[in-house]
Amino acid sequence: MKQLVIPAALILLIAACSSTREGSDQAAGGGAPVETRGGSGGVTTVTTGGVETRGLPAALTDPQSILSKRSVYFDYDSYEVKAEYKDLVTAHAKFLTDNRQFKILIQGNTDERGSREYNLALGQKRADAVKKMLALLGAREEQLESVSLGEEKPKNEGHDESAWAQNRRGDMLYTGEF
Amino acid sequence: MFPLVLKLRRLGLLAVSTLALLQAPAYAQLTIEITGAGANRIPVAIAEFGGETSAARVVTTVVRGDLERSGLFKMVDTNGMAMTEASTPVYDDWRSRGADALAAGSIGETPDGRKEARFRLFDVNKQSILGGSAFVTSKPMLRAAGHRIADMIYEKLTGEPGIFSTRVAYVVRASATRYELHISDADGQNEQVALISKEPIISPAWSPDGTRLAYVSFENKKPVVYAHSLASGKRIVVANFKGSNSAPAWSPDGRKLAVVLSKDGGSQIFTVNADGSGVQRLTTASAINTEPNFSPDGQSVYFTSDRGGSPQIYRVGVGGGEPQRVSFDGSYNVTPRLSPDGKSMAFISRREGSFRLSVMDLASRQVQVLTDSHKDESPSFSPNGRMILIATEQGGRGVLSAVSIDGRIKQRLSITAGDVREPAWGPFNK
Repeated sequence: MKQLVIPAALILLIAACSSTREGSDQAAGGGAPVETRGGSGGVTTVTTGGVETRGLPAALTDPQSILSKRSVYFDYDSYEVKAEYKDLVTAHAKFLTDNRQFKILIQGNTDERGSREYNLALGQKRADAVKKMLALLGAREEQLESVSLGEEKPKNEGHDESAWAQNRRGDMLYTGEF
Repeated sequence: MFPLVLKLRRLGLLAVSTLALLQAPAYAQLTIEITGAGANRIPVAIAEFGGETSAARVVTTVVRGDLERSGLFKMVDTNGMAMTEASTPVYDDWRSRGADALAAGSIGETPDGRKEARFRLFDVNKQSILGGSAFVTSKPMLRAAGHRIADMIYEKLTGEPGIFSTRVAYVVRASATRYELHISDADGQNEQVALISKEPIISPAWSPDGTRLAYVSFENKKPVVYAHSLASGKRIVVANFKGSNSAPAWSPDGRKLAVVLSKDGGSQIFTVNADGSGVQRLTTASAINTEPNFSPDGQSVYFTSDRGGSPQIYRVGVGGGEPQRVSFDGSYNVTPRLSPDGKSMAFISRREGSFRLSVMDLASRQVQVLTDSHKDESPSFSPNGRMILIATEQGGRGVLSAVSIDGRIKQRLSITAGDVREPAWGPFNK
């Protein structure tokens, strides 16, 4: 980590600075001290930690198993789980019912159009729709968390409808995957 | 420090740019380009500062660059003429060059080895002294003295405080797995990295005293709101409830933040103390409620909601109550940001399929669309209320743009190393 701080001695010199702001003619007199910011010109760099992922039971990762599929795709401006994903969501609800020690994080996503924060709220609606369905099918509230990644984590970084369709999505992640 | 390349269309500062490039390390460049200027720019001459040559050149360059980039001033050619604050100007000469005002100064050394930047501002027509000052700084911080001088000249000549000593924050997406929260001076120089993360960072918001940034980080695979003290790097979790936590906005007194939480279902606006305690719900409608922004008097919160069927801007009292709809024109109006005087509101409006920076005069409800771009986002006012900083797109890359509130002056800030987004203009340097 790199320290980028201004020397303390300089920080102490700030206070008098504003007295010259009004611009009385002090050019010939003693100078007022100046720094970029009162006591906080320096910025310390922080690097975030990550999240460790652990192994999962084969049933969740075996490509032959429906449980290895985790994504539910949504139509434009829609927040309803389409009929074609009912089997998928039902299978995950059953797994959660049979394995109460497992938890699931549902991440809602949107395409890139529009405000980032508004899209975060739209992605939340998609995640909530999946969560609600899992709960109706037997998963417990404490096994479920719905969150949104908004437009921030596109699966496809393209800028056309085929890319956007892949990004209007809810993903289900199990404990150990998030 | 990152180099700054000035592409001033009306003024050749080539020699200066070359010097900056030679002195600076060869990586990412933040470039500022003026793409529009005010109609009636004040002609100002900044004479070459006297004293130690290299220090004088730094200060002269900063003062000229700041004033030129503001779009409000026209630099009068000084023909390399050096003059100090102690000189008596030959007013007739400056008048014949077309200057209304003239600044001259010098760099001296204090007994303890620091630099003293002195200057005087002259009214060429009245043949009088408008003001002057002196600033002491360490040599590496000479640019700060230049910004202070430019601020004083700006205020003397326009009657408004200058914003050259302020800072901006923005997010650089260097790659799909590297996001950085940067802080730089308003001219793009003195860039420092506050946070590096493998996951996205959005919605930075300056505390009113300029010491902290609140933002949303996805480092835990979900959105969590932090408040980050810039000098120490200390971070506090402001909101990490079950579900999503986002859209932080500081109250004007810096004691609370408005945040959006999904813990109760849907996206609702809450207020929370800056240490994460005292969570109180503000909105109740079972619709999307997000992007809160306090009015400068601290009495209202403006926000985006789809309660009427399409995203529109509403206002609610900080004590709660029935929100009033503020935006009516069009089917997508989002991201309200109040001007420092509380009289107008910047927001993003979808027009003909494009997202454009707009401003509403709150008294008359009159709306002006300020850009013709395609993907404007995240407006924030300069602390003097004259400019609005936004993220927009150019050639498929994220760039920042500063637009004057009348739409005339436009500056573009881009970085070669990656996408720039999510700008936030910091408060006055107190």
